[in-house]
Amino acid sequence: MIPMVSYLALSTLLFFVGIYGFIARKNMLAMLISIELILNAVELNFSVFNRYLYPEQMEGMFFSLFGIAVSAAETAVAIAIIINVYRNAQNIDIRHVDKLKG
Amino acid sequence: MEFTLLIVALPLLLFFVLGLGGSRMQPRVAGIIGTLGMGTAAALSYAAAIRYFFAEGKVEGVFREIIPYSVEWLRFTDKLHIDLGILLDPISVMMLVVITTVSLMVHLYSLGYMRGERGFQRYYALLSLFSFSMLGLVVATNIFQMYIFWELVGVSSYSLIGFYYAKPSAVSASKKAFIVTRFADLGFLIGILVLSYYTGTFDFAALNGDKAQLVVSHTAGASFMGISIASWAMALIFMGGAGKSAMFPLHIWLPDAMEGPTPVSALIHAATMVVAGVFLVARLFPVYYFAAPDVLTMIGYVGAFTALFAAVIAITQTDIKRVLAFSTISQIAYMMVALGVSGYGDHEGLGYMASMFHLFTHAFFKALLFLGAGSVIHAVHSNEMGDMGNLRKYMPITHITFLIACLSIAGIPPFSGFFSKDEILAASLHHDKLLFFVLWVVAGLTAFYMFRLYFNIFWGKAKTYDGHHRPHESPLVMSLPLMLLALLSCGAGFTAFSQLVSSNGAPFHTHIEWEVAALGVAVALLGIALATKLYMRGGELPTLIAAAMGRFYRAALRKFYMDELWLFVTRKVIFRFISTPIARFDRRVIDGSMDGVGWVATRLAAAVKPFQNGKVQWYAFVFVLGAAAVAIWALCL
Repeated sequence: MIPMVSYLALSTLLFFVGIYGFIARKNMLAMLISIELILNAVELNFSVFNRYLYPEQMEGMFFSLFGIAVSAAETAVAIAIIINVYRNAQNIDIRHVDKLKG
Repeated sequence: MEFTLLIVALPLLLFFVLGLGGSRMQPRVAGIIGTLGMGTAAALSYAAAIRYFFAEGKVEGVFREIIPYSVEWLRFTDKLHIDLGILLDPISVMMLVVITTVSLMVHLYSLGYMRGERGFQRYYALLSLFSFSMLGLVVATNIFQMYIFWELVGVSSYSLIGFYYAKPSAVSASKKAFIVTRFADLGFLIGILVLSYYTGTFDFAALNGDKAQLVVSHTAGASFMGISIASWAMALIFMGGAGKSAMFPLHIWLPDAMEGPTPVSALIHAATMVVAGVFLVARLFPVYYFAAPDVLTMIGYVGAFTALFAAVIAITQTDIKRVLAFSTISQIAYMMVALGVSGYGDHEGLGYMASMFHLFTHAFFKALLFLGAGSVIHAVHSNEMGDMGNLRKYMPITHITFLIACLSIAGIPPFSGFFSKDEILAASLHHDKLLFFVLWVVAGLTAFYMFRLYFNIFWGKAKTYDGHHRPHESPLVMSLPLMLLALLSCGAGFTAFSQLVSSNGAPFHTHIEWEVAALGVAVALLGIALATKLYMRGGELPTLIAAAMGRFYRAALRKFYMDELWLFVTRKVIFRFISTPIARFDRRVIDGSMDGVGWVATRLAAAVKPFQNGKVQWYAFVFVLGAAAVAIWALCL
């Protein structure tokens, strides 16, 4: 059996790749994908902890499913926003979206 | 006597009717409404005077004060409260008669004089406002009510002097009048506050009653800079009176006030408002006499100096209204001297009676002089003596009435000025020989400059006027007031004034002191003779004398440089050493601290603002850094 720490290392890697992508990429779609990475890292953690520590229970799995559903909804909303930004600014570079500052 | 409220209320009503609705009326209608309203007020005043003097006023041989109407307006303590009411006593009833009579004459006269002027309705509205304020002033029951109306009088005078507001000289004259009198009123207000602080009341009856015992006992022992508090208070109150009554050195506004329409000068700056200062001193006379006799002496000397000073200037002026203005200053100073030399009670109070008597007669003949001058100005369209001469053939009514007024002010019997002037001279002779001598000289000067004016207008060089500008007698609506006032100038002197007005309310008998009268008439005749010699036929003699007088003549012509002196004092001293530092303090410290608060907030905001720069990734980065910091902190624990 693959040790738990490998899964955790992978999830940590995913998480920080996502963080890096969110901060460093200027394309809003790329940022959205980065957010998906972060969410997937979290869901992986839920599954792994559930499988290894409390194999007789299912809460972690459900949480993962729940998170996938939420991220799907969130993606739909985010893409709608991005399309609207594109209609206004003719591109989806995040540096152009700073009109809401104080 | 409740109907006396109407005398005051009616002009106020007229002011609102004419002021708000005037523009929708024909000018003529507005004028007639104003005149009729004023006529009603005058009739009511006569009724009040008759009822007061001959029926209700006298109790056990002494004229008492009647307060037919009074409401409490502001209450500070049980004793200290400001009322608005009506106080009837001999001097206020006398003033009611004088004000409404002169005002009525001026209303009537203005129908002709101001015809066709722009703002005719406004003019009548302002006249009503002025009449209201002046009437409210004289019937005031307490010193604070008087102060309120005092300021109202100042405002209406300001707006009437500046009636021709498109003319820069009129605008600056009105500002000058307002600022100078306001400056004096500052003293008045401080005086009121000091007086009421010590006595705890504003009421004239309480202040004056029982030989001003209240003031004497409450201010006893208190002094400031070696002068008693009572003297300080009364001197400051006199400062207000000196401002309104154009006493030296606060007289500078009055000659300039002649920029207003001539009937206004007659009403405000000759007959009524300028005697407000005299009235104020007379109103508080017991307080002056018993609590601050030193101030009363000072008033006498200030008055005497002003009388002489103004008379000398009047001789040199060539603008006929300015001559009359300086003559007014001189005559009001006469009244002040009479108050200054007066004692209290019965025959001792001769000066008080004489002062009020002169106020009474002066109002009529001075109003007549101004209205006559207005009639002349109306005919020749100029204020300068040089443009006049020989007018007696063209304007017979104006000529005769003007002559009567001149004889009256010169003190020739049997015209009214003689009687009142004689009483003043007699009163001053018994009190102070120096003051008597000054007044006696002034009497001669008065006769001289008045007849200089008279001859220059109506006689002198055989001036010819070309056809178009041929002078003509004024219409009846203007000459009727002249004739009525001339009648009053002839008859007013025969009033048994000492039977009606006296310092303590008790009538007393006076008689003409023939030695004094002879001296006074002699010097007046001398003045007239001199003026006749110099000016009746014209000629070069006056110019030669003026040249011989040299510097003194030029100084008098320039009014002894008082205007320049005041300009120097205000510009170079007050503005530079007081106003400028205050303005700087205001700008730097007061404004600066407020601006400073704003500046700090702005700078703080500028420092914080970049945090919210709209860059989402920057927010996320900071957020991650923060989360990392918390994580590290948690691990280290």
